[in-house]
Amino acid sequence: MKFSLSWLKTFLDTKADAATIARTLTALGLEIEGVEDASAALTRFRVARVLTADKHPQADKLQVLSVDLGDGNPLQVVCGAPNARAGLVGVLGLPGAVVPANGMELRKSAIRGVESNGMMCSTRELGLGEEHDGIIELPADAPLGTSFADYLGSDPVFDVSITPNRPDCMGVYGIARDLAAAGIGTLQPIEVAHVPGAYPCPVEIRTDDPEGCPAFHGRVIRGVKNGPSPQWLQDALKSAGQRPISALVDITNYVMLGYGRPAHAYDLAKLTGAVVARRAVDGEGVTALNGKHYILDHEMTVIADDAGVHDVAGIMGGEHSGCSETTTDVLLEVAYFNPQRIARTGQALALTSDARGRFERGVDPAFLDTGLDLLTDLIVKICGGEASEVVRAGAAPSGQKTVAYDPALAGQLGGVTMSASEQQRILAALGFGVVETGEHWAVSVPTWRPDVDGAPDIVEEVIRVHGLDAVPSTPLPRADGVAKPTATPVQALERRVRRAAAARGLHEAVTWSFLPEAEATAFADGQFAWTLANPISEDLKAMRPSLLPGLLGAAKRNLDRGASSVRLFEIGRRYLRAENGSSDEKLSLAVVLAGERTQRGWATGKAVAFDAFDAKAEALALLAEAGAPVENLQVMGEAGAQFHPGQSATLRLGPKQVLARFGMLHPATAKAFDLDGPVAAVELFLDRIPAKKAASGFARTHFAPPALQAVTRDFAFLAPLGVPAGDLLRAVKGADKQAIVAARVFDDFRGAGVPEGHKSIAIEVTLQPVDKSFDEAALKAIADKVVAAAAKQGGVLRG
Amino acid sequence: MEQLEQTLAAIAAADTADAVEAIRVSALGKQGWVSALLKTLGAMSPEQRQSEGPKIHAAREAVTAALGERKGALESAALEARLAAETVDLSLPAPETPRGSVHPVSQVMDELAEIFADMGFAVASGPEIEDDWHNFTALNMPETHPARAMHDTFYFPDKDAEGRSMLLRTHTSPVQIRTMLAQGAPLRIIAPGRVYRSDSDATHTPMFHQIEGLVIDKGIHLGHLKWTLETFLKAFFERDDIVLRLRPSYFPFTEPSVEVDVGYTVINGKRVVGGGGDVENGGWMEVLGSGMVNRKVIEFGGLDPDEWQGFAFGTGVDRLAMLKYGMDDLRAFFDGDARWLGHYGFGALDVPTLSGGVGVRP
Repeated sequence: MKFSLSWLKTFLDTKADAATIARTLTALGLEIEGVEDASAALTRFRVARVLTADKHPQADKLQVLSVDLGDGNPLQVVCGAPNARAGLVGVLGLPGAVVPANGMELRKSAIRGVESNGMMCSTRELGLGEEHDGIIELPADAPLGTSFADYLGSDPVFDVSITPNRPDCMGVYGIARDLAAAGIGTLQPIEVAHVPGAYPCPVEIRTDDPEGCPAFHGRVIRGVKNGPSPQWLQDALKSAGQRPISALVDITNYVMLGYGRPAHAYDLAKLTGAVVARRAVDGEGVTALNGKHYILDHEMTVIADDAGVHDVAGIMGGEHSGCSETTTDVLLEVAYFNPQRIARTGQALALTSDARGRFERGVDPAFLDTGLDLLTDLIVKICGGEASEVVRAGAAPSGQKTVAYDPALAGQLGGVTMSASEQQRILAALGFGVVETGEHWAVSVPTWRPDVDGAPDIVEEVIRVHGLDAVPSTPLPRADGVAKPTATPVQALERRVRRAAAARGLHEAVTWSFLPEAEATAFADGQFAWTLANPISEDLKAMRPSLLPGLLGAAKRNLDRGASSVRLFEIGRRYLRAENGSSDEKLSLAVVLAGERTQRGWATGKAVAFDAFDAKAEALALLAEAGAPVENLQVMGEAGAQFHPGQSATLRLGPKQVLARFGMLHPATAKAFDLDGPVAAVELFLDRIPAKKAASGFARTHFAPPALQAVTRDFAFLAPLGVPAGDLLRAVKGADKQAIVAARVFDDFRGAGVPEGHKSIAIEVTLQPVDKSFDEAALKAIADKVVAAAAKQGGVLRG
Repeated sequence: MEQLEQTLAAIAAADTADAVEAIRVSALGKQGWVSALLKTLGAMSPEQRQSEGPKIHAAREAVTAALGERKGALESAALEARLAAETVDLSLPAPETPRGSVHPVSQVMDELAEIFADMGFAVASGPEIEDDWHNFTALNMPETHPARAMHDTFYFPDKDAEGRSMLLRTHTSPVQIRTMLAQGAPLRIIAPGRVYRSDSDATHTPMFHQIEGLVIDKGIHLGHLKWTLETFLKAFFERDDIVLRLRPSYFPFTEPSVEVDVGYTVINGKRVVGGGGDVENGGWMEVLGSGMVNRKVIEFGGLDPDEWQGFAFGTGVDRLAMLKYGMDDLRAFFDGDARWLGHYGFGALDVPTLSGGVGVRP
């Protein structure tokens, strides 16, 4: 909402300067986005008279002027304007002045070999309008040499952001009222004479849609002369950022911007029959004033006549029946439209307008007559003509509300002590009525404040005018003792795993929650994927069912930028769908390792690429940090079609509970992401990690290091290639649960000495004696158990 | 004892361990001359033995000592030579260990959780794919509310079992409703998380992070809100000169509503938070939206607004991170560029704590 200081002053008698007004507006909740003073940029432009104008010797279209600033030292200026002539009084930009329209600094220069000491300026060049056919022409008596800024006079323009609850401040008058309440001047009453009707309204006006259009007031003014509106009106509209069009249109805009009261003026000659507010018929269309054609439906209120729709009610008039230069008879429409219906219609048509912005917030339902009087008065004064009687179809809602209010609430809710009298003063200044009824007040709400419907709203009114700065900071009561931990188990897990991953050399990335549909589908594994109805682009359309695609995209970007090694992880949600249709968001962690694990080095030789065991290492380490029972995890297959079938696996707690998948990406997946070379990836399903049972007692179980020394024994088994070493290891480790405390594979050998189709797996077993050292018989008994257990997995002790 | 002198000279001249050993054998071995002399002692008269015995023993000790000394000298020379041969160039690089990092958004969320924990706020969460009842209606934004249109909402074509339209939450405020419904009152929570608006330009991304705060209790008023925000911002920015400017505003879910600006000064082209904004090179920047929770919202949360009241606030986590740590491009937050992450990210051990400080210093 923009308006000039001079416009404000027509409603508010004040001596306050622009800075004070701006500060007060912000403090009132009418946030200042900017204060512009167009004249400030014009101080180096001067009023000057052209003494002589001679043809430029080198250019047909240029003239060489002698320009007088009133100081008796005429300056030579080259000018291309067709209207430059001797005797003209215009505006001269001197060297050093910056042209507002293009930011160019003027300099003394030679134009086609003739010295020029400045520039005679057009309206557009000075940012004062669109006029650019010639240089500005001022009255002959304009004082020469005066700064053009002083000549114009300073009239700062305020740009105020109006919150959706304040339709009253979508007119300058409402803003003036708030300022007056805050002590910035005196609000001038609206004084408008009712222009009596000279004849019955010749048009039938009806509302057939009392829900969408409860009230439709109108009257005809015959014999008007439309044309450019007077300068004061044009200036006011320009300050508001509106282009003056013609007097009739400008007057409706002035009343809308000045009083927050939208209205519409129809060219009566374009109308046929009764003018009716009704619902649109499905499929009916109208070409609006913006030149676009809109197809309407029965949810939308329109103003129509016998020939068709002329107005999307309360939003935008039709092109056909709008006023033009040739209009002589006009029909004024001042209506009240249902705010909800306006909002719905505007949303459905994706059509915004100044009128919609006001109607959907709720215009003052008690202002129809005054609005019509203002319009009529201005039209008759500016365009002449004769007004008909007023027709009032339907009735606007009363807008009367009374709120019970306890003035103590300012302290209880607002936290600030305010006297009852100060509260009363503020409310009265804002147009509220206060009736004291015992402890509580009955506060009547002005009709222009549809937003106020409860006691907290009254608190807000008195506090914002009183000043939020006056609210004293009050500490929240603090619980006894040291602050208690607040993280939930899931939050604690997330934090722990995040820092563990960072400690392992991985960078945490945050990637989009949405993906291109194809990428989401490729990782959905047959589950439902959420797809947006209105994505911002096709690349950000489907909610990710996995964190891997986002990380793969990031890996690709890093490699493209020359990274030789990429180690990224992300913790976030994957988006699934619960049976009842609601969202099922699961905490996940993904890791992508691409490029070189080890760069070429003086000690290590050639660069080494990441492999599936790097992925396994990350998976197990992070699962361990997350508190998963990694000792009990089984390495199984079926990591998914996105992975290399021979170099990927799942980590499971029991056959069905998949806690993680890891491995090398399938070449097809890598190709889909345009990734060259092998890529290792991990996905942890953090949501599936079983919660730790709340333990009683100590956080650690009892332990004392054994007194007797552990011994190690090595075993080598021949096993068919298909037998996983992990299965063999698990069997060996479980062969004697008491004695065997650890077992690890230290060799996997195939080739010379090992039969075809077999491999040799070497396992180091650690045995821990408890009460007494092992004797030969005991060791042999354990070894026999180990060999027997391995045999069940297909492992034969190597001789 | 000519032999002794010769032997000692030979020991001194021996330059290998083998040579020393050969001399030992020739002197102290079974056939050695010292051993031979010792054997003569038995045949001597007591007088003779008294005079010759000490000489022979002295010779043996002298030889033994000289042998030991020479052997030690040769061994240390050999060790020195070996070690000299084992010299490595330690200016060569050691094996490299990659350095990882924690994303600034995560770090700042941890900082916020730490600060608010001290004020008794727990961390709550809710779904990002929301229904329109939780995201709008229960927050006092009925279907035709103009604020709904201003939210640039991403919608799904789907409805949940109750026929509610599914959308991406436009703010973290629905967590207010969910937490009130689940936990009742009194409450002190913060709710950080991802939020979404259909908006994309230099300073807006379609996904960003917000943190919501909610206090529901008895007798909570605007002064408590002001104190909480001041306390939080001072702790977060680790400056005592934080100055807030509260402005009346409008949010459907609060009444009264307050926007909060923080004063800053432009230093080297960047906004540095601190001090009042009404100074030269200074200004006010909006950092928080807040207010007293609207009675209708408390009702939607299943609580009696005559009994309970409170305040709520919300702010952008990414923006807080930018203001505190000086990044100037929001889009880089979501790009995953390892160079950016390495520069702006935080070490695994930079865990914010009250005793160690919630911020990371240069």
